[in-house]
Amino acid sequence: MADRKRDLLLRSIIERNPIALLVLGICSALAVTSQMATALVMSICVTLVVACSSCIISIVRHQIPNSVRIGLQITVIATLVILVDQVLKAFFYDLSKQLSIFVGLIITNCIVMGRAEGFAMSNPPMSSFLDGIGNGLGYSFVLMSVAFVRELFGSGTLFGYEVLPLVSNGGWYIRNGLFILPVSAFFLIAILIWILRTIDPVQVEKD
Amino acid sequence: MAEEHPLKPFYSVLVLAFFCSLLVSGAAVGLRPFQEANKQLDQRKNILRAAGIYSAEIPVDKQFEKVETRIVDLVSGEFVSEQVLAPGEYNQRKAAFTEEYGRQLSPGTDKAGLSRIEKYSLVYLIKDGQNIQQVVLPVRGKGLWSTMFAYVALDADLNTIQGISFYEHGETPGLGGEIENPKWQASWSGKKVYDKSDTVRFSVLKGESTATGEEAAFEVDGLSGATMTSMGVNDLMHFWFGEHGFKPFIDRIQAQGGFNG
Repeated sequence: MADRKRDLLLRSIIERNPIALLVLGICSALAVTSQMATALVMSICVTLVVACSSCIISIVRHQIPNSVRIGLQITVIATLVILVDQVLKAFFYDLSKQLSIFVGLIITNCIVMGRAEGFAMSNPPMSSFLDGIGNGLGYSFVLMSVAFVRELFGSGTLFGYEVLPLVSNGGWYIRNGLFILPVSAFFLIAILIWILRTIDPVQVEKD
Repeated sequence: MAEEHPLKPFYSVLVLAFFCSLLVSGAAVGLRPFQEANKQLDQRKNILRAAGIYSAEIPVDKQFEKVETRIVDLVSGEFVSEQVLAPGEYNQRKAAFTEEYGRQLSPGTDKAGLSRIEKYSLVYLIKDGQNIQQVVLPVRGKGLWSTMFAYVALDADLNTIQGISFYEHGETPGLGGEIENPKWQASWSGKKVYDKSDTVRFSVLKGESTATGEEAAFEVDGLSGATMTSMGVNDLMHFWFGEHGFKPFIDRIQAQGGFNG
């Protein structure tokens, strides 16, 4: 039993990573990864929303009529996202300004819907919660790795602290403008997928 | 699976929607005081930023001690004494939409797309001891999607722009949203609003400015990919520095021989 819990929590990080294997949630992965701080907040928000929505939907899964289940799932998810957005605005105003519309767009993040529909509808609340946390961690893992590279090479900083002193500040590092642009995340995610599939060939799609 | 009652989808949706709306409205009401406080702090930050004296290390409230908030009658251009209207209690956003403190703009004069304007406006005087160094004016106007809110800081000569700071808008991120870009905002510094004949000459161009010499002091490059937003910014500057905006106030101060005259 304990093994299964651990499995639920950890399998989505490498083996069944929602971004790398299923290629879901790419939109926000491109948009918020130019800095590690925003990527971290986004990761936490998404993890919370996936875990809580999966748990809630799993609790009421026997009451949900089949014909309106997608609508109900979206209502639960939207409620949670609005709550997260309100809390951010109240306590982390600057971050919420930076993340702007992307917090609201968690609603349309396919990972959340995917877990609700694919897992929570047919599994008990505790497992669904763990599965949600696991998927959130998988998403966070990709986001943080991409943000690490982008912030380091794009701005020479990590979490805002200077690591590679920029020429413009009297250092030696010439920043790579490509990494500031969202496109660079495409390349980085592709490289990450490549690495993951080389290590674990099971993930490679069959022709 | 058991046969579903035909009405079940309806009432299950209703019940869930009811609970969700309770949660959302509860959060919105419960967290409002914190959000309002944050907003005010952010506005103060932007006032300081427009004036170019903001520093992240010192608490905002401490820095704001340099700033005196006054209310100006937009029509007569006179300061309104605190006994009549206290700056702390005056809600400028709402004022335009009340009968008492707002008025309708006729379509020909409504360049910034506001439809109604308030009779009184807050102004922020940045002081160094007794001398007034800058004045920060709140302006707003329609962009492509939304009303854009900004602070414009003028030098004591009431013509040279010290800085601008857009603090609230709903323009497209990456395009019109670039009005928040500090680099672009920095290009405003040192520009002039009025020409020698005292008309608003300042403009936000479509594309880049090619003007040289004196001309260049009136022009700011437009944002590429955001023509409508740039036009909106241009119009709001023309409106707020025109006769329905702060012109009477500026004229009155000029007639007195400037702030410190």
